[in-house]
Amino acid sequence: MLGFIIQRLLQSVVVMLVISLLVFLGVYAIGNPIDVLISPDATQQIREQTIRAYGLDQPLWKQYWDFLRRLLSGDFGRSFVYNMPVLQLIFSRLPATLELTLVAVIGATLLGVPLGMYAGYKPDSAISKGIMAFSVLGFSVPTFWIGLVLIFTFAVQLGWLPAGNRGETISVFGVEWSFLTLDGWKHLLLPALNLSLFKFAMMVRLARAGARETMLTDTVRFARASGESEWTILRRHVLRLIAIPLVTVFGLELSSTLAFAVVTETIFSWPGIGKLIIDSIQTLDRPVMVAYLMLVAFLFIVINLIVDLSYAALDPRLRIRRTA
Amino acid sequence: MSAPLLSVRDLRTEFATKAGPIKAVDGVCFDLQAGEILGLVGESGSGKTVTGFSILGLIDPPGRIAGGSVRLEGRELVGLTNAALRDVRGKQIAMVFQDPSATLNPVLSIGAQMKLALDAHGRSSATVARERSVEVLTRVGIPDPAKRLDAYPHQFSGGMRQRVAIAIALLNRPKLIICDEPTTALDVSIQAQILTEMKALARDMGTAMIWISHDLATVSSIASRILVMYAGRIIEEGGVAEVLRAPRHPYTRGLLESLPANATPGQDLMQIPGSTPSLLNLPPGCPFAPRCSYADDLCRTEPPRLTSGSRAVRCHHPLAMEAA
Repeated sequence: MLGFIIQRLLQSVVVMLVISLLVFLGVYAIGNPIDVLISPDATQQIREQTIRAYGLDQPLWKQYWDFLRRLLSGDFGRSFVYNMPVLQLIFSRLPATLELTLVAVIGATLLGVPLGMYAGYKPDSAISKGIMAFSVLGFSVPTFWIGLVLIFTFAVQLGWLPAGNRGETISVFGVEWSFLTLDGWKHLLLPALNLSLFKFAMMVRLARAGARETMLTDTVRFARASGESEWTILRRHVLRLIAIPLVTVFGLELSSTLAFAVVTETIFSWPGIGKLIIDSIQTLDRPVMVAYLMLVAFLFIVINLIVDLSYAALDPRLRIRRTA
Repeated sequence: MSAPLLSVRDLRTEFATKAGPIKAVDGVCFDLQAGEILGLVGESGSGKTVTGFSILGLIDPPGRIAGGSVRLEGRELVGLTNAALRDVRGKQIAMVFQDPSATLNPVLSIGAQMKLALDAHGRSSATVARERSVEVLTRVGIPDPAKRLDAYPHQFSGGMRQRVAIAIALLNRPKLIICDEPTTALDVSIQAQILTEMKALARDMGTAMIWISHDLATVSSIASRILVMYAGRIIEEGGVAEVLRAPRHPYTRGLLESLPANATPGQDLMQIPGSTPSLLNLPPGCPFAPRCSYADDLCRTEPPRLTSGSRAVRCHHPLAMEAA
């Protein structure tokens, strides 16, 4: 097991290196940052000075090497726009995205898996058909449109919930959290709902397909023939047997939502990192883009590692053989 | 003769299809004494497995028990609610399936699966459950059972896995075990071991068994009485020795002649010409008539009736009782 983790960590280092190269090439080597940094009417002298100051006169490999060295020492540079260290900027925005994403993905899973299992257990009932029809809606209607409909219905027409921002937050260890206050939850609800709809639909369909297939297996027949109740069979046998695809998709959805909650964050003016990255692309705030991309890659690697480790916990056949 | 343990009368199980109902089990009658081993023989699709599931009420839609009666110690099982049937399953009548790698849940330790089967009939403490599990595992010949409780199905060989499945069936001391081809998926040498084991179980614990198999050879080595099924009906019934020595139905004789043990070395095995008829489109007369070399006009128009008595046959022209 330890060997597996070490191997995976080494792999992760290689992946991060490759990504740093891609990010460097993508953001630094293509296009000319100087045009953004200095005003168009600057003298040739100032121009050359700036080029030298940023090390842009150096060969490409040397630039990459310097870039890598700075990354390794934790120096992601300063944001051009906010004029503050990039890491500080990102970590001031990350908690907002983190709580929004976790509420959305966990909520979608806790609701979607049982409903999907029910739909797979009783595929012909009217309730199951309703669940499946709703999941088709969740798949096919675009996020931005649902977001607008939610705002229009619950914020504008009914006036029950606020249309944007994080609301009241409570600071824990210097980080602001919305989910600790009632007002924060009110602000969280609509964007989380908006974000979770697609994931809910996905979980429903996955759980349904798994449950339908598993209900027909001899394992379930044998459990029934032993007199086990349907509830026990669903909870102890079926759920365990369909867990691996569910966990896989949970991990993928969690990572991709953390990285790309952009649409929802923009519609609900939720001050998360998705909104930050769109803003910094628009203003060509390169250090922010670089740090963001590196962070997203890192999150994907960590979440995937956790998912892989959980496979072994879920399925004994995947555990590395110990000497008995 | 004492009152039978199980009494099946005119059992009929149908599966609804678009083309009309399929009569998978069509008027099956038999009695089973306590401790008796009854062999139920037939080709695939003859209705032998469905008969087994029907006794336990484990027929899923679109199938249903269309009529008849199944009495266990005088108590009617047909028409019981699912909750009432659950008390019977595993506790009074247990079942063992063909493929142990499909029946056992691969992601639960066998100890956990045994606990679930025990808890289905009254919760017991972890210690009591462990003790009982070790007891039955010892009974079926699993070495070092206390240690093996924490093992998972994939850590057992095929034969050992089937022993575990049998142990689970024994947990609640059922009066009857329905064995649906439990040795078919095993090696021949393991088959013999399991057969001996099951015979000893029936003898020592007074457990009755219905041994479902397509293999006359296995059945004849364990059962004392044989029912031969064809197209959902019983076509011949009798003591093992009588049926094997002097089959009265041409189909039974065909089955016997196609046994490899009865073949002349180097020659092709005997075959019954044709294949089992579609249950949707049965001939008006005897369902075996199209494949039978003795069939005449009567056979093709008039379905034969099962003669009464313990040596019964459903044939217009039964083979002569040969002088022994």
